[in-house]
Amino acid sequence: QDDNWGETTTVVTGTSEHSISHDDITRITKDMEDSAHLDCSRHLGVSLAGALALLAFLTPLAFMLLPQLLWREELEPCGTPCEGLFISVAFKLLILLLGSWALFFRRPKAFFPRVFVFRALLMVLVFLLVVSYWLFYGVRILDSRDRNYQGVVQYAVSLVDALLFVHYLAVVLLELRQLQPQFTLKAVRSADGASRFYNVGHLSSQRAAVWILENYYHDFPVYNPALLNLPKSVLSKKMSGFKVYSLGEENTTNTSTGQARAVIAAAARRRDNSHNEYYYEEAEHERRVRKRRARLVVAVEEAFTHIKRLQEEDQKNPREIMDPREAAQAIFASMARAMQKYLRTTKQQPYHTMESILQHLEFCITHDMTPKAFLERYLTAGPTIQYHKDRWLAKQWTLVSEEPVTNGLKDGVVFVLKRQDFSLVVSTKKIPFFKLSEEFVDPKSHKFVMRLQSETSV
Amino acid sequence: ITILSYFIFFQQRIEIHKLRQGDNLILGFSIGGGIDQDPTQNPFSEDKTDKGIYVTRVTEGGPAEVAGLQIGDKIMQVNGWDMTMVTHDQARKRLTKRNEEVVRLLVTRQSLQKAVQQSMMS
Repeated sequence: QDDNWGETTTVVTGTSEHSISHDDITRITKDMEDSAHLDCSRHLGVSLAGALALLAFLTPLAFMLLPQLLWREELEPCGTPCEGLFISVAFKLLILLLGSWALFFRRPKAFFPRVFVFRALLMVLVFLLVVSYWLFYGVRILDSRDRNYQGVVQYAVSLVDALLFVHYLAVVLLELRQLQPQFTLKAVRSADGASRFYNVGHLSSQRAAVWILENYYHDFPVYNPALLNLPKSVLSKKMSGFKVYSLGEENTTNTSTGQARAVIAAAARRRDNSHNEYYYEEAEHERRVRKRRARLVVAVEEAFTHIKRLQEEDQKNPREIMDPREAAQAIFASMARAMQKYLRTTKQQPYHTMESILQHLEFCITHDMTPKAFLERYLTAGPTIQYHKDRWLAKQWTLVSEEPVTNGLKDGVVFVLKRQDFSLVVSTKKIPFFKLSEEFVDPKSHKFVMRLQSETSV
Repeated sequence: ITILSYFIFFQQRIEIHKLRQGDNLILGFSIGGGIDQDPTQNPFSEDKTDKGIYVTRVTEGGPAEVAGLQIGDKIMQVNGWDMTMVTHDQARKRLTKRNEEVVRLLVTRQSLQKAVQQSMMS
């Protein structure tokens, strides 16, 4: 399982510890007094949960076995009903086992700093349940050596039922509650303004941050620093500034802010044509890109006509038969120049090495793709996950937030996911409450008349 | 003489006093037609190339009904202004001038025409 991307979210708020590695949600924060028990608390939590689960699992079996072991001779024989109950216990325990495996035994997607209250709550519930069952068992059955074996088995079955219901509760609390969308998150990339909206349910800020990151890698176009700035020719005119000379000796305390203000005011008043430059530069660039693109498309189309798949009937010289890699290399030469020029014009050349293009070509040839399908990757900037792992930089994300990160999302919460070269600013808005009113339309009420001409009432 | 009588008898003068309703002065009828409209859609005209202004509706109890205007009348003049070669909007404007409390219409009516024709035939 490839889960090393989107994994580490460290918190800048200072108390960053590892904790129970399960997915969860919470809305109540819990103070961590002693940050000394870092790994201990994490392993402690997991082992505690495991021990409790094992205890709960084995208890019904113990309930049924103990009378058989201790006072077998005194037990009333119990025929068909007991057998039926045995089978039901067996299957229910199997279902419980599978359900627990599905729900709880999962590799962590990310490291979260805090303990989650819902998990603790569920553990306490299971513990209380099992303890109370043992208490009653000890008093009513063990002490008095109850003879009615069927009753004992039914007692055990009721415990298994209760455990299944606790499992149901766990599913609802841990999984279902967060599915219904409650908030809309807007993620904006600080470098170039690319933004997306996402709907999430009740999550903590850190959980929402991981969710946003998961979606970032396949929704946002890849970050390309070369595309960010205005071309130098446009901005260069702004470089020539004004010089400020102070005439007269009255105020030698000529503050720099006063000078700066004077410069800014003068610059604002000066007639500025840089928008013109920008417009023409953009138009020229567009034209160039389109021209290169046309050349590329034609070159690729022509290149693809040179090869075809070997049919069974064709009898060819074994020396002429190629595997996909060789076929790709054979046709790559004719399109290489056009491809390189195009990538350079669109400033994408750092993202595609020759090797990667060859590999993609080989892939497309293997799957009988058309030239257009081959070009899809290069004509538009794809999402980050499409590119090589080196571009992902998945371990560099930092979550910056003014509020504790285990607080649930609320309307107006803002947090920032920082990376070295840019950051994602995420703001929360509550999904509005819709009030739908109903209007019944009788199908027979659709009647029309000809509108003969304009009619005005005076 | 008969031709002249066409012009004299087939027309009727109607004087409507506008009713004040809030901020507006209303006449209580609706008009249709005009040189910018489609004359073939006019249900009231006999000649389907006639692009004149016709009365398409008269509000009950309104000033127009009281003055004797009827549905299907063709308006020839309003306060001396000719209405046979105007656009729909021009017609509307001429009828709804804010400073006029009384409009004097010159209308012609098919029923009138038919009555005179019948009397001429007999």
